[in-house]
This record gives sequence, structure tokens and C-alpha cells, in this order.
Amino acid sequence: MAGAPLAEQPAGLRAWLLSPEPHSRWQARLGRFYLGWRAFSRNPLAVVGLGIVILLILLAIFADVIAPYSPVAGGDLRTQRLLPPSETFWFGTDDQARDIFSRVVYGSRITLFVVVLVALIATPIGLLVGTVSGYLGGWVDTVLMRITDIFLAFPRLVLALAFVAALGPGIENAIIAIAITSWPPYARIARAETLMIRNSDFIAAVKLQGASTPRIIMGHVVPLCISSLIVRVTLDMAGIILTAAGLGFLGLGAQPPMPEWGAMVATGRNYLIDQWWVAAMPGLAIFVVSLGFNLLGDGLRDVLDPKAAK
Amino acid sequence: MVSAVMNGGGGHGSALRSFLKKVAQFVIVLATTLLGLVAVTFFIGRVVPIDPVIAVVGDRAPAHVYERVRTELGLDRPLIEQFVIYVKKAATGDFGNSVLTTNPVMTDIINVFPATLELATLGTLIGVLIGIPLGVLAAVKRGTLIDQFVRVLGLVGYSVPIFWLGLMGLLLFYAKLGWVAGPGRIDVTYSYLYTPVTGIVLLDTAMQGQWDAFWDAVSHVILPACLLGYFSLAYISRMTRSFMLNELAQEYVIAARVKGLSEMRVIWRHALRNAAVPLVTVIALSYANLLEGSVLTETVFAWPGLGQYITNSLQNADMNAVLGGTLVIGTVFVLLNLVSDLLYRLLDPRTR
Repeated sequence: MAGAPLAEQPAGLRAWLLSPEPHSRWQARLGRFYLGWRAFSRNPLAVVGLGIVILLILLAIFADVIAPYSPVAGGDLRTQRLLPPSETFWFGTDDQARDIFSRVVYGSRITLFVVVLVALIATPIGLLVGTVSGYLGGWVDTVLMRITDIFLAFPRLVLALAFVAALGPGIENAIIAIAITSWPPYARIARAETLMIRNSDFIAAVKLQGASTPRIIMGHVVPLCISSLIVRVTLDMAGIILTAAGLGFLGLGAQPPMPEWGAMVATGRNYLIDQWWVAAMPGLAIFVVSLGFNLLGDGLRDVLDPKAAK
Repeated sequence: MVSAVMNGGGGHGSALRSFLKKVAQFVIVLATTLLGLVAVTFFIGRVVPIDPVIAVVGDRAPAHVYERVRTELGLDRPLIEQFVIYVKKAATGDFGNSVLTTNPVMTDIINVFPATLELATLGTLIGVLIGIPLGVLAAVKRGTLIDQFVRVLGLVGYSVPIFWLGLMGLLLFYAKLGWVAGPGRIDVTYSYLYTPVTGIVLLDTAMQGQWDAFWDAVSHVILPACLLGYFSLAYISRMTRSFMLNELAQEYVIAARVKGLSEMRVIWRHALRNAAVPLVTVIALSYANLLEGSVLTETVFAWPGLGQYITNSLQNADMNAVLGGTLVIGTVFVLLNLVSDLLYRLLDPRTR
């Protein structure tokens, strides 16, 4: 059996994946992944969600190739302004004679950029606060959790608004503001996980070997909290997209001429009644993408946390 | 364990003492949370901007104006002293004056708050009246087409940008079909027919017998209220479904069925009544969420409430108003959580 070739028949590959005695860590992991995928793919809505997210990523990568026109430079202002959807302009054109389809395609880059950066900033903050708080306990725990609760007491969009007001409008500041308002739930989850890990034997063993507290937290507690955080972050992505789009709609996110979807809806508001497509198309993009993340998150939760699935 | 039993047997004196202790804990938690809220807005207003003085006077102000404003704002004093002053003022509801309206921020907020309250209350009502029956239905008919429908309805509610749905609603029901009135609370022609007493247009017009004005207000409020109601419904129906599934699996439901009670009675009188206890928390939370949703909805519908006040102030760099509004919304959020917590204790005998 050693070194079973991957080019075997599908049945053989399945047997290799599902083998109860994996020969390597790698095989065991692939097997777990395969089982998870089987459970996941039984849920058609979740697969649709995954498809939408993959489509978003592909759009963002290949925006140059897919978009037929420039997202920033407009066409002829006399003849190509506010044209309805047609074969040349799939989603119509806006007030500056720009092709809305191209702008929506390029806008996927901004959306992805926001989501990824917020996740990269907020997750480590939440992870650090939660694990330190849960592992140390005592007054550190009390203080850190009170601070977390205070941030949770503000509605997310309103707090983000206040931060952007102080920092000034712009996509970077919007990302910082959303990240600042996103970490508290992650801290809560990380703390709950840490409380369960804290008293296990392997932590006691590491402690007896003389490991320092930072080393235990960073090397032994944090890695075990990451997986449950990933699910939560995926579930949050739709919320992040909607908050970013809301900030953009209010003129506080990405600044013109960046093709940010929320800001594009705000432009379309001026032409709502006679040129509905200017507002409708970018809004539809926001809706489809956040629906995709919600479906994906729901499916992931059902697979990774069977208790929550009802 | 032993001490708890002894306390329990100690009669009224110790029961009162433990009650008072709980109240004291409650008050301490509430006080620290509110202090924290003030600290956050203080931080946003004084620490985050590169220079709060420039935020007030602009970057072309002469040096003496700059210095005067700096002293007026108290920025020449130590940060901790500034914070103490800020807390003292906030405790009395003094958030300074709005640059835009020149009124005290608190007066402005009191003026605009009823409009938001009106919208959020109607939205929650719609969410409760439709969301709970839908959630119950989905739980009872679990796995059927109805269940799937409610699930998709909820998912769409979680995913759709509220400001976009509002615009599309205006386009369809106002511009194309003409079924409802457009942005604003009431037509100008009607706005002189009644005197504002409560600030809630529907109440004011009805109490003064101005029925034409009342119906005009209704046709203005119906679209934004339905919009907020949909978001509330998405959340409430999902939670109702999960609570009901929990209850329907309990033994008392089987017992009730064995006794020969009708299915209607089992579901609506027995199971729903038990699910109602956690639902109270959910409704309070959804009410609080609508305050947040109102920021974008009010902007779309030109609804003169707290949300529009905050966004207008934002656009004019009116920090006092923005932070005052943020603090008020945060406080309402905390108080709503508190109320739901108290109601929970009141309704569920097990928590006593």
C-alpha cells in the first residue's frame, strides 16, 4: 500500500482518502477534507455560495481581461451618457458615460480588498485579546472583557461612522474603522475556546517544561483557536461587505472615481427614476456577493459545527 | 452549595439582601459600560483626529484664533482632566453645540428622536406580527417548501443592502406604481394642519382629528416601515424557528398531544408560550438593530430622524453632533439590552 499512486481509479482514490489507517499526516488531512467536502456538497445552497465567492475572486483577478472598458475613463459624454443596458453596454452607462459592467467588475477588487484586509486586521486583534484574557484570567480577564463589551454595545455601522468621521473619509480609513468594530465577537470566541484549552494536560506538560506564558499562548493556545474563528469570520464577511457598502453609499468609503459598489449606488440615486440601472446594477452585485458569503458560511457551519445545525 | 441552601432558608432578610446585591452588581456593570461608551466617543473626538482644533477652525485660521479655540476646547489641559470634564458634561446631557444648527446637540437629538422611534417601532411591529407566525410555521412544517421559503427569505434579508432595497422600493412603489408617497414624513400642504406635540406624526395627526394629514403620513411611512420590518422579520423568523424546534422536541409537547389537545393548541398555547421567553430578548435586540438600520434608511427616505441627523452632521464635519448621536444610540442599545435582560428574569421563573 505504501506510496499508493494517485492515478488509480476513483474508487481506489476514495478508498485511499477514507482509509482508517492513513500512512501520513498528509493523507489523514486530505481524508478529513474529503469527508467535509462530501457533507458540504450535499447542501446545494452552500455549493452555490461557494460558486459565487469563487466567481468574485476570479472577477477580481482577471478584471483587466473581463472588463471591456476602462472603469475610470468615460466614453463620449454627448452620445454615451446614461445609456440603458444593451449589447455593447451590458449594465448600461452612468452619468460620466462609463460602462457600468466594467465598473462592477473592477469593483470586485475593492470589495475583496476590504474583506481580506478587515479579516487580516480584526482576527489577530480578537485572537490576542481573547486568548490573553482567557488564559490569564483574573483582573486582566475582567478588564479586557469589559472593554470588549463596551465595543459590542455600539451598533457596528454607527461606531464605524464615528471613526471615519474622525479619521476622514477614504477606503483605508473605512477599513480601519470596520476592523475596529469587528474584533469584539472574535475575542469572545477565542476566550471561550481558551477557557476549555487552559486546563488540559498538554498545557500543564508544556508549563512543567518551563515554557513562558507568551510562548504557551502564542505557540499552544492560539493555533487551536484559529479554526473556529475562521468559520465565524466567513459568516461575518457578508456583514463586512454590507458595512463597507453602507459607508461607501454615505460617501465615507472609497472616494471617486474608484468603482466602489456602495458609492456607485449613491451616484445612481440621482438618476433613480429615469435611469434605474445606474443604481440597480452595483446594488445587485453587493446583494449577490453577500448572499454568496452567507450561503457559504451557513454551509461551513453545518459541516464544521454539527451542533449548531438545526 | 451549602451556603446557597442556607441563604435560601434564611427567610426574607437574606432574600432581600441577595436581591439588593444583584441590583448593585447590575448598577455597577451598567455604570462602567456607560462610562466606557463615553470614553470611546471621547477617544474618537479628541485623540483620533490629527488635530481637533483644525477640525473646528479649518487649516487656514490665523494663529490667535487657533490658540483661542484650543483654550476654549480645553485642549491645553492634561488629557485626563479633559476626560473628567467631558464625562461630567455628558452625564448632564451636554454634548456641546452643533456647528450646523447652532443648537445644543441634545436639543437637536430630542427633536429628531421621535421620528426614528416612530419608524423603528412600526418596523419592529411588522417584524413581530409577520416574523413570529412565519417562524412557527417553518418549525412545524420543518423540511417542507414553506420551511425553505422562510429560510431563503431570511437569508436574503441578511444579505441585501438596506439602502439599495429602499431605493428599489421607491422606484417601484412610488415612481412606477404610485402606490405610496415619496421621501419625507408628510406633504408640505398637510404639515401646517397640526401642531407637533409628541413629535410622532401619526399620533399627532390622529389625536387632532386631521385624518387627511394622518393618511398622508401613513402613505409616507409605509415603505420605510415595511423595509425595516423586513429586516426585523428576517432575524425574528429565523430565531423563532430555532426556539420552536427546541420546544417541540420537549416531553411536555408529547404529553399535551397524548392528552388529546388539538395541534393548534399544542403549538400556539403550549410551545410558543415557552419559546416566548427567549423571543423577548430577540425582539429587543432587533429593535436595537433597527436603530442602526435607520441610519441608512433615513438617508434614503429623507426621514428627519436621528440617523439622518448623524449622516448630515458627518457630511458637514460636525463632530459634536456625530459623537452626541453616537453616544445616544449606544446608550439606547445598552438600555434595551438591560430591559430585555430584566424581562427575561421576570418571565422565566427558573431564573429567579
